[in-house]
Amino acid sequence: MVQQTRSGMDVLLDARGLTKRFGDILANDKVDLVINKGEIHALLGENGAGKSTLVKMFYGSLEPDGGEILWQGQKVSIGNPAAARELGIGMVFQHFSLFEALTVVENIALALPNPGKMTELATRIESVSVDYGLPLNPTDIVADLPVGIRQRIEIVRCLLQEPQLIIMDEPTSVLTPQEADLLFLTLQRLASEGCAVLYISHRLEEVQRICHHATILRHGKVVSECNPANETPATLASMMVGADVASVSAGAQKPQVGEIRLELSNLSAKAATPFATALNSISLGLHAGEVVAIAGVAGNGQGELFDAISGEMPVSQEMVRIDGKSCGSRSITWRRRQKAAFVPEERLGHGAVPGLKLSQNIVLTRHATGDKLTGSGFVSTARANALEKHIKQEFDVRMSHDDPEARSLSGGNLQKFVVGRELDRQPGVLVVNQPTWGVDAGAAALIRQALIDLARSGSAVLVISQDLDEIFEIADRIAVISRGYLSAAEPAADMNRERVGLLMAGGAEAQGEVA
Amino acid sequence: MFEAVLLTVITAATPLLIAAVGELVVERSGVLNLGVEGMMIMGAVVGFAVANQTGSGALGVVAAIAAGMAMSVLFGFLVLSLVANQVATGLALTILGVGFSGLIGEAFIGVPGLKIPSLYIPGLSDIPFIGPVFFQQDAIVYLGFALVAGVAYTLFRTRIGLVLRAVGDNHASAHALGYSVIKVRFMAVLFGGACAGLAGAYMSLAYTPQWVENMTAGRGWIALALVVFSSWLPLRVVAGAYLFGAVSVLNLHAQAHEMLNIPSQLLSSLPYLATILVLVLISANRRLTLVNTPACLGKPFVPDR
Repeated sequence: MVQQTRSGMDVLLDARGLTKRFGDILANDKVDLVINKGEIHALLGENGAGKSTLVKMFYGSLEPDGGEILWQGQKVSIGNPAAARELGIGMVFQHFSLFEALTVVENIALALPNPGKMTELATRIESVSVDYGLPLNPTDIVADLPVGIRQRIEIVRCLLQEPQLIIMDEPTSVLTPQEADLLFLTLQRLASEGCAVLYISHRLEEVQRICHHATILRHGKVVSECNPANETPATLASMMVGADVASVSAGAQKPQVGEIRLELSNLSAKAATPFATALNSISLGLHAGEVVAIAGVAGNGQGELFDAISGEMPVSQEMVRIDGKSCGSRSITWRRRQKAAFVPEERLGHGAVPGLKLSQNIVLTRHATGDKLTGSGFVSTARANALEKHIKQEFDVRMSHDDPEARSLSGGNLQKFVVGRELDRQPGVLVVNQPTWGVDAGAAALIRQALIDLARSGSAVLVISQDLDEIFEIADRIAVISRGYLSAAEPAADMNRERVGLLMAGGAEAQGEVA
Repeated sequence: MFEAVLLTVITAATPLLIAAVGELVVERSGVLNLGVEGMMIMGAVVGFAVANQTGSGALGVVAAIAAGMAMSVLFGFLVLSLVANQVATGLALTILGVGFSGLIGEAFIGVPGLKIPSLYIPGLSDIPFIGPVFFQQDAIVYLGFALVAGVAYTLFRTRIGLVLRAVGDNHASAHALGYSVIKVRFMAVLFGGACAGLAGAYMSLAYTPQWVENMTAGRGWIALALVVFSSWLPLRVVAGAYLFGAVSVLNLHAQAHEMLNIPSQLLSSLPYLATILVLVLISANRRLTLVNTPACLGKPFVPDR
């Protein structure tokens, strides 16, 4: 590999040999990284490659164990985020670092060293946000705002600090394609003004589109650097994974569409809390043999819809039917007995009990579904253990020792386990929310292929996802959810990103209101 | 008669008000301190003892505040530094306070106490009715109102208050922005301890100027309930404390005059019933409650360093 030298340009940040160790794990191993002024620099890598650890050291939330950081040629030690902001380093977080109960202006004031008077700050926020095409109302309470707007707050907060380097951790994972386009315009404008951007993303098309330079991390080490414009998403992916990534094939076999297995008719539910979304007469028929995907920006009612189908939120009896039997107010276990299976979004705490062993977690969802895991009130540990071993092998769940507690697994491995646990049952109806959230490319391909295979064997699969690449890869039909309204599910071949994006941004809502 | 009732309402409400406003600050920072009763009773006994030994009510009050803070340092060390369970630690703090105060107070049972003097403001205090009710109280009553006003202003108008609310709403974000969650919470816990100590001093130096074992009689718990009932809003704490104080005083008068033929047990439960009723009515506005409820209340925080 040729280490590209890019000296002679205006170097802003120069990290040399940065090392960070957590216990036995070397999260960053002698990482070198150079960021120039006015450059959009991509940082790529699989989950656990050490990207977040690296940027946290730049932002002062973690202290390096070795190596040094040069900022504009001066050696600096960044002790805390305030020091980073002082230098001119701002960060837009992956999981928003906003305070839901506070207003926009209060949230922004918290990140500024000298916010001044609240009313003056509010005026500044208004003018800066309009200037960059990201309008904000300073007095809104964050809890009331959709995710797209929340990210605007983060970005405007960062801009008000007048940074020279903005670190962005997966900024587009919660945006519609149109919102993402707007973000790219903002980033390109910032870069043209001389501000550097360190851009972390899983979406390789995006990186190719806007980044000038890419650094790829694997297992905590820099494995290569490149100009993304000269690469393809496939070559970038193989650099990240270190091997070719298997591609998922949905089209190889045309779906044999059978009878309706899951039917939602006029499913409506009031919002349970002020921060929840109401469902508005959602109708959908899911046939045997097909994968239907529901796209949408986070927080538009996906969680509520999932809860209504799984039975966590009871609705009217007729609103949900599984294999023709109405069950809107039946229990989860009743629905599982009808050969339905559910994988919720949050794997730790919802999909699995953190403190229980994997075998015990298996018993929790499969005790009533013919695996003979329980009998006369007793649990068969032997059968649960056998199932655990089987799922582990089938879905390549990696663990340090046999049958560990759920919380000791990494996110990707636990996701393979919770999806595998349900797939292994060969359910007639499978509803899965965010099947590959935070899972690396290899494991994601495995899970997606398994979902398609399940559908082709005669089951009905409903996938709720925010990842459009994933949706276009596996779905036979696509519907879009927006503010609790669901658009009609249309064949994937008739859909494209622009249409899905428009539906996400409110088109689905308009369609639902007309209907 | 009405004047006398109003006076007793103020004295009944003041300790609740002070203890509750302290706990409100603690809970706004995301810490649940169930040890209010324990800190209060320690304030009561230490305040009484010091005032009795030195002959100075002011010294007694200062000592009571110090005792409340000492208890809260213990609490803060356990739950913030050692990340012990907040509920268990708070309960233990109350048990410790009640027991330890009994031990210290042994020698003071039956000893005549010292009452902090009421203030006399020339002119104002002489106005009929208004004077005695509003301008002839002792300093702690006024201090209580000043505390509420100060806390309300600080929470919603100053940067310290903003940081405090931010820490209670989302400690991970506050940490990510570079605020010291533990430090902010420790300060809040200390403030809560000082308020509980002051409330205790009011019990043994003004309300009933004597030492009786377990004399706070559950007022710490009521203060805790008031904080929730007020949706963590300081001005509502005043309303709650006065409502509770008023109903308990009315109930005493009703029993004394054998008014109507209501069983005394029912009358004694009236303050609690009234408070619960208002609690239910207030929480009808769920949005306001949810926005003001500290989202991190009772959750332990360990910085990832």
